[in-house]
Amino acid sequence: MIRSTRTPTLVGWGRVPRVSGRELLSEDLAAITIDVPLARGLGRSYGDSSLPAPGDGVVAGSVRADRVLAFDPETAVLRAEAGFSLHQLIRLLLPRGFFTPVTPGTQFVTLGGMVAADVHGKNHHRDGCFGQHVLGLRMRVADGRIVDCSPTVERDLFRATLGGMGLTGHILEVTVRLKKIPSPWIAYESVRVPDIDAYIEALKAAGPVWPMTVGFIDCTARGKSLGRGVLIKGRWANPDEAPTHPPPRRRALSVPFDFPSALINPLTIRVFNALGYYKHGARLRQGIVHPEKYFYPLDQVLHWNRLYGPRGMTQYQCLLPDAAGPGAARRFLELLVKHKGASPVCVVKDCGPEGLGLLSWPKPGISIAVDFPVRDRTQALIDTLNDHVVKEGGRIYLAKDAFTRPSHFRAMEPRLAEWEAIRRQWDPEGKLRSRQSVRVLGDHGARAGVVVTATRSRAR
Amino acid sequence: MKVLFVGATRGIGRALARQLAEQGDELFLLGRDLVDLERSARDLEVHGGRPAGGVGIGACDLGAPEGFAGALDAADQALAGGFDTVVVTGGLFAGQDQLEADEIFTRALLNVNFTGTVLFCEQVRKRLLARGGGTLCVFSSVAGERGRKPVILYGAAKAGLSHYLEGLDHKFRARGLRVVTVKPGFVKTGMTAGLTPPPFAGEPEAVAATVLRAVKRGKPVVYAPSIWRLVMFVIRLLPRFVMRRIGF
Repeated sequence: MIRSTRTPTLVGWGRVPRVSGRELLSEDLAAITIDVPLARGLGRSYGDSSLPAPGDGVVAGSVRADRVLAFDPETAVLRAEAGFSLHQLIRLLLPRGFFTPVTPGTQFVTLGGMVAADVHGKNHHRDGCFGQHVLGLRMRVADGRIVDCSPTVERDLFRATLGGMGLTGHILEVTVRLKKIPSPWIAYESVRVPDIDAYIEALKAAGPVWPMTVGFIDCTARGKSLGRGVLIKGRWANPDEAPTHPPPRRRALSVPFDFPSALINPLTIRVFNALGYYKHGARLRQGIVHPEKYFYPLDQVLHWNRLYGPRGMTQYQCLLPDAAGPGAARRFLELLVKHKGASPVCVVKDCGPEGLGLLSWPKPGISIAVDFPVRDRTQALIDTLNDHVVKEGGRIYLAKDAFTRPSHFRAMEPRLAEWEAIRRQWDPEGKLRSRQSVRVLGDHGARAGVVVTATRSRAR
Repeated sequence: MKVLFVGATRGIGRALARQLAEQGDELFLLGRDLVDLERSARDLEVHGGRPAGGVGIGACDLGAPEGFAGALDAADQALAGGFDTVVVTGGLFAGQDQLEADEIFTRALLNVNFTGTVLFCEQVRKRLLARGGGTLCVFSSVAGERGRKPVILYGAAKAGLSHYLEGLDHKFRARGLRVVTVKPGFVKTGMTAGLTPPPFAGEPEAVAATVLRAVKRGKPVVYAPSIWRLVMFVIRLLPRFVMRRIGF
């Protein structure tokens, strides 16, 4: 076959950074995870979580390991290989009355990735992170053994792996209890809220009543309208109120190529934000909606990250704890506006108690996520936001991150020492690492002279 | 359909078996690794909405013809009334450099991809003809279309296989045996994972869908992705002095 001499590169969803590296792909995930420093799934983490550390040049890809190994409709327990995607899960099991207990904002993620990032969704205030519903994991640990862990067996490894960004071992299989749903449709109600304080109040008030809440705010509006937005509350529809037919398959659009990086600029961002606010209208909206439209609005446009152009984008997602007192969201937005941190989309969610995962970032408070096109000043902007979040007692989500400095992360994460101790126990030689772990956690990259066998050059 | 499947655990075979399961076909899987077959069987049961145990498995090595009769008996027993469709995607693969350096593996590859597969198809043919016909879908390769530098040995076995399947089609189609020869181009699977995908590389799911349509219509030869029909047409026309100079 044709071999090109072009060096293969790997990127995350934000497409910054771009590093040279090759992804090993095989149906036999157990075989390709021997002696590799990192595994990745569909690469939907935004920054460098799924990228090889400098000098490593290779990651094991799980996407071909995508078999369902057991599913019991009685107990709703599913066991599958780590590369099984949420998209497949929904396609297969939503029509039969099952859904993932927790979903992130895209369905193009693997079970392994959902565990490694310990993803959360619109129902965090009620159901916690994905890891709360995981019953067991099968892992390839650093010394080469295959180990099963769960909340009762090898509990420490299990806790360190939920949200552990794949740094405690390669996840091979996941056992999770799915949610039985009354119908495959979503009943929703959405309201427009005039400013950020009213928004947070409405969000927190909806929590006890609605299992799922989320909202989009206009992070470019200033003054009295600061943080005006739309709050959407949802629940699974009952059979008597839902359409009798299953949700039809939705056709997605695709962004076929890179747009100019200048497309996403302060002006278009302002227009986009205002449009989102005014399009909703002042009245209460309610009804029954397609689950994919509700959970995955952005999945309707494949490769939407190309809209940000070749310079790429990053997402900043942080948790501002309830303990920071009222007005935390307002203080954050004021800082954001002051430093011109304009984002086309700003998502604010409600978070409940901390889960089992030692590095899972949600805790009681609110989560704010903003997308930035990457520019020269992005590092400075994120440093400023991180300074603020540290002061507020909050923390950031590693799966989105490409810019946070180690000192900031340590200051945010009091549980890091315990996580590191467990990690050292399972990987004393420090074999497992990612570009992110070298950048944020101070891992050592591959030393000169250490040859990683799988990276042998194909160039001829 | 009642489908006997050799090679459902990986690559295009896995994708094709899932699509068969999802449209409600009954499946029986043959292969070398029973543990791996077991995992694929569970996967296909969930895809097909069947209870555990709904997809049977049996041991069969395409390199060991003495086991063929027993494996086919087991399949006939598990699929009430016997199989009416047989899909063979299994086979060995290695690049030309590797094969040139490893005579033992070369022997195994030639044996499995040609001799073993042909002998297996011979037994299947007899059984299908005895019950009035059926479909035999076998994966050959575009590598068998022309002697090419990167796939000399692999391509030689596939060329022989394609010829055999073409002959079967000519002789037995009138008696109800529909032979479908699949010629995949480059498809991104575990088999080709070490190679850099050329232009027109296919995804296993899309290729499987193309094959499934061909099986339904009884199309004798299917290129997948279909652009490879054109690519190979051009390659076949190239004069030798060109073939000697290019790396394709």
